[in-house]
Amino acid sequence: MKRIAIFGAGLAVAATTAFAGGHTGPLDAAIGARKAQMSLYGFNLGILGAMAQGKAEYDADAAMAAANNLAALTTMDQSALWPQGSDNSAKDNTRALPAIWENFPDVFAKAGATAEAAAAMQAAAGDGLEALQASMGPLGGACSACHKAYRAPNN
Amino acid sequence: MYQRIFAFLTLVAVGLAAAWWLTAPVRVDAAVFSALEPQSDPVAGQDVFNAAGCASCHTAPGDESDGPAVLSGGKRFASDFGTFVAPNISSDPVAGIGAWSLVDFANAVRFGTSPQGQHYYPAFPYTTYIRMSDTDLANLFAYMRDLPASQAASEPHEVGFPFNIRRSLGGWKLLFLRKDFVRPEAPDAIVERGRYLVEALGHCAECHTGRNALGGLDRSAWLQGAPNPSGKGQIPSLRPDDLQWSGFDIAAYLTTGFTPEFDTAGGQMTDVIKNLAKLPDSDIDAIAAYLLALP
Repeated sequence: MKRIAIFGAGLAVAATTAFAGGHTGPLDAAIGARKAQMSLYGFNLGILGAMAQGKAEYDADAAMAAANNLAALTTMDQSALWPQGSDNSAKDNTRALPAIWENFPDVFAKAGATAEAAAAMQAAAGDGLEALQASMGPLGGACSACHKAYRAPNN
Repeated sequence: MYQRIFAFLTLVAVGLAAAWWLTAPVRVDAAVFSALEPQSDPVAGQDVFNAAGCASCHTAPGDESDGPAVLSGGKRFASDFGTFVAPNISSDPVAGIGAWSLVDFANAVRFGTSPQGQHYYPAFPYTTYIRMSDTDLANLFAYMRDLPASQAASEPHEVGFPFNIRRSLGGWKLLFLRKDFVRPEAPDAIVERGRYLVEALGHCAECHTGRNALGGLDRSAWLQGAPNPSGKGQIPSLRPDDLQWSGFDIAAYLTTGFTPEFDTAGGQMTDVIKNLAKLPDSDIDAIAAYLLALP
């Protein structure tokens, strides 16, 4: 709850800053940073996914490391990454839909669900391949829930 | 002079009559479906329902339930021609289609013809379902009759002139409603099954193929991607050269939503995956084989 409050306050600050700034540099920096964040999700998920799909040998230590990263990444404060005006109707270098900024409570709920799914993966990743595989679905589902509502198709 | 005017008016009348006749709604052979109905199988119909993706459009907005689909309608689909609102096709006899016969259902799904003889808009992909087999149609109907009823009233489409002249859809159908498969060659039974799943049930092309000015699918650019009809962005091409995915990659994406790079599906594709994940593995492999056989 406290984390959500901090996230919300941060967003408000970020929104004010962007509004007051009125130039595009900081928006592009934020868009780049959140894409980097998404790349890190994908990279670590890929380590777990390769094991889950049988493309790589199950390795408890490597799985734990990737799951720890995901748990850390999904609990990072992202408030500064989503400034007002950095949606795909205002900027060409993002697929983030304006609906994000109209539905903050739902966005927070979906971010919270992703962090929970990552925590479940963190608890399971070292417990063998089957436990890892069982945690992949909910984690992917949490990612997709946000992409479903708030991400446009490819540019 | 009068003779010429008379001849001209006669020609106009004949032309109008021909146009009226040509744009008349088409119907199925009722005897075929009356004979099929007693043997229809709701269990087999469930696979047809999932492969055809009925729930993706006809469940209520925000409905993420995993139980039996409540087909209350209400989702909105923006397009260049207006905004279409999915109707209630639940088993409710008043608000839904619970009072329909199998023949009514077959007319609607195969030819876009309502029980009252009106044309449906092709936002309803009968342009795909026209290729659905008689048996699958009957089994699908048997399955949908057993789904829950919803009393939610269907909302009107928000379509302006001239697209709101339903009769003109008869002309549209003459131009674009074709029963033949788009990909003529099916080198083996697996690709043939995949072709049926993609071209007769799954209606992948509705988003993944470009359209001409009248909204007809461009069969010469089949599954080669298209602009997003409901906003910014591009729906990707599914050609193997563009996608660069293996059969394993395609099957994994269609059942788990993970791309080979472990990005996850978004937008309307999440609903497609939710449905496809319920199909037998052999059907998923058949879809992958069909896509890999695209030119």
